[in-house]
Amino acid sequence: MTAALIPVLEVNGLIMDFGGLRALDDISIRVGRGEIVALIGPNGAGKTTFFNCITGIYEPTSGEMIAHPPGGLSKRLNRLKPNKVTEQGLARTFQNIRLFQKMTVLENVMVARHCRTRSGIFGAVFRDERTRREERDMVDFSYRMLVKVGLEKYVNELACELPYGAQRRLEIARAMATEPFLLLLDEPAAGMNPKETAELDELITRIRDEEGLSILLIEHDMKLVMSISERIYVLDYGQMIAQGTPGEVSANPAVIKAYLGEAFDA
Amino acid sequence: MAIAWKSLTRRAGGEVARSLLAAVWFMFLTFPIMVIKVSPLDKTIEWRWMRMVYVGVGAFFLSFVWRYLLERKETGPDKGEAGSWQKRVGARIRTDRRVFIPLLAAVGAFVLVFPLLFSSYQTSIMITALMYVMLGLGLNIVVGLAGLLDLGYVAFYAVGAYFYALMNHHFGIGFWVALPLAGLLAATFGILLGFPVLRLRGDYLAIVTLGFGEIIRLILENWNEFSFGPSGIAGISRPFTFGFTLTLEEHTIYLYYIMIGLVLFTILVVGRLRNSRIGRAWIALREDEIACQAMGIDKTRTKLMAFALGATWAGFVGCILAAKTTFINPASFTFMESAIILSIVVLGGMGSIVGVIVGAFVLILLPEYLRAFSEYRMLAFGAAMVLIMVFRPQGIISGIRQRYEFHAQTGEGAQP
Repeated sequence: MTAALIPVLEVNGLIMDFGGLRALDDISIRVGRGEIVALIGPNGAGKTTFFNCITGIYEPTSGEMIAHPPGGLSKRLNRLKPNKVTEQGLARTFQNIRLFQKMTVLENVMVARHCRTRSGIFGAVFRDERTRREERDMVDFSYRMLVKVGLEKYVNELACELPYGAQRRLEIARAMATEPFLLLLDEPAAGMNPKETAELDELITRIRDEEGLSILLIEHDMKLVMSISERIYVLDYGQMIAQGTPGEVSANPAVIKAYLGEAFDA
Repeated sequence: MAIAWKSLTRRAGGEVARSLLAAVWFMFLTFPIMVIKVSPLDKTIEWRWMRMVYVGVGAFFLSFVWRYLLERKETGPDKGEAGSWQKRVGARIRTDRRVFIPLLAAVGAFVLVFPLLFSSYQTSIMITALMYVMLGLGLNIVVGLAGLLDLGYVAFYAVGAYFYALMNHHFGIGFWVALPLAGLLAATFGILLGFPVLRLRGDYLAIVTLGFGEIIRLILENWNEFSFGPSGIAGISRPFTFGFTLTLEEHTIYLYYIMIGLVLFTILVVGRLRNSRIGRAWIALREDEIACQAMGIDKTRTKLMAFALGATWAGFVGCILAAKTTFINPASFTFMESAIILSIVVLGGMGSIVGVIVGAFVLILLPEYLRAFSEYRMLAFGAAMVLIMVFRPQGIISGIRQRYEFHAQTGEGAQP
């Protein structure tokens, strides 16, 4: 696997300080094309901080982040605003669901088409042919995304009225509508029951296979992580303590000590 | 049976006790104004005890009604009768063309013949109401859609008004030329205000915009060479009439039709913006700023566009105000104006066009027609505002989102 790795995301020596606190210490990560990579670690290890650095919400103290879009030019992500990062082709979901509550399910996805469409005030007011076509395409595209995650029956419902598991899937559909090459999922299975988690496992693998995109996910559900990810990075107190295949990581003594607990019997 | 009866009587007893308490409380509160009458001329005090009895009895019975209504609201709109019929009527009006078209035709016909049926005074009031409809719809973009609490909206209104007044005074520029330019200038001011407040949200934004409104007013009040200070500018031309000479009354009617046209234009533009790429970006920004950015929306551009497009309407209406009254001074642009326009948006229903129109009519026409109650006018007005906010916190008419129909499986979208 590693031999054939063509990276889509390269992070080298990332450091993030909050005042005197070093939240991320010299983190380097690579995500290959079409790979599913997991980032795990105990609460407060710095996983979400890492996501926030990549997606431009935080500005890292030092280190470099480079995106290599398939078939495009490589680009440094440092100092890019969140919307520019998304435009580059990195889309994320949030640990605590952040949907647009008072918009319909379809509109939530349509908002994500914003950066791939152009029409402005003039188009909105005069509704010329180009704008109407764009709007039609946007609706169709968004609907296809909803079909993909199995939410087509909720099209016109308000996002806040969806059941919990469906809200999680809507976040994924919304992120995919920005046409990313790398999908960053922040604890997609949090709060889901085992049946929903199994469906999510199937959904993530299917998205990767059908869309050919790469996935980097943060997850606490070990069963899900071990079953879908091809490689795992383990963070603890802002340090990278291990990396490798699920088999290697779960056998690593440092991981067992820091993450799974002293008495864990693998 | 006995137990049920007992709990029922106990409950009734509790209700009576609560109403009694409310009655006593109201008698105490209104005592100084309702009972005591001091006559400074003959130095006597009149005690009007009967009035206290009226207040007590009135409060006693009204508190039953009040609690009944509150309880019905608590049970929720799905269970309560009221919510469901309102929703049904709303949906019927929107979707059923047999209801919608005649209703629209009736409203349209009434609007068209209004100035012919009613006096010039009534028409003038209606023009004012229509001006507030436009102001409300403009502020609705900023507050209702983009969720940016703007307490200085009146500043843009002043910019429009003074632009036309000064241009007319110095260069004799006419209404029809000034109108679009006033909108443009107000939009520019919107962007000027937008830049420093890009990082602010909620209370902080409210305070800064409030300050901006005051700054504009104070400049107009104190910069005598520029704006003629508190004495204002008089003798502003009325709208150009293409060669006809009109009496004052005819001018009012003319302006009424101009207003109708402009309001229709506003409704069209704001309605289309709301369900466009930009409108959805505004709503997304209101709902969640971080998620909005993470979905690829440029926060800066989106906010500035909201400020500029919101301010444009205030610029238009300012220009109309100057043409309508032919006299303006800074007293027309106090914080009270901003507060009224904001109330129109909040009471009418944030993000809803029909809601804002209804809100403007209620807030502007109610005080006018309540003149019959003379000194109790503002009391009744305040009570109406409190009642609306208690029973319909989402506004008189809440905004609804565009629905899309899909033909199963194919994914072909169609807008109804």
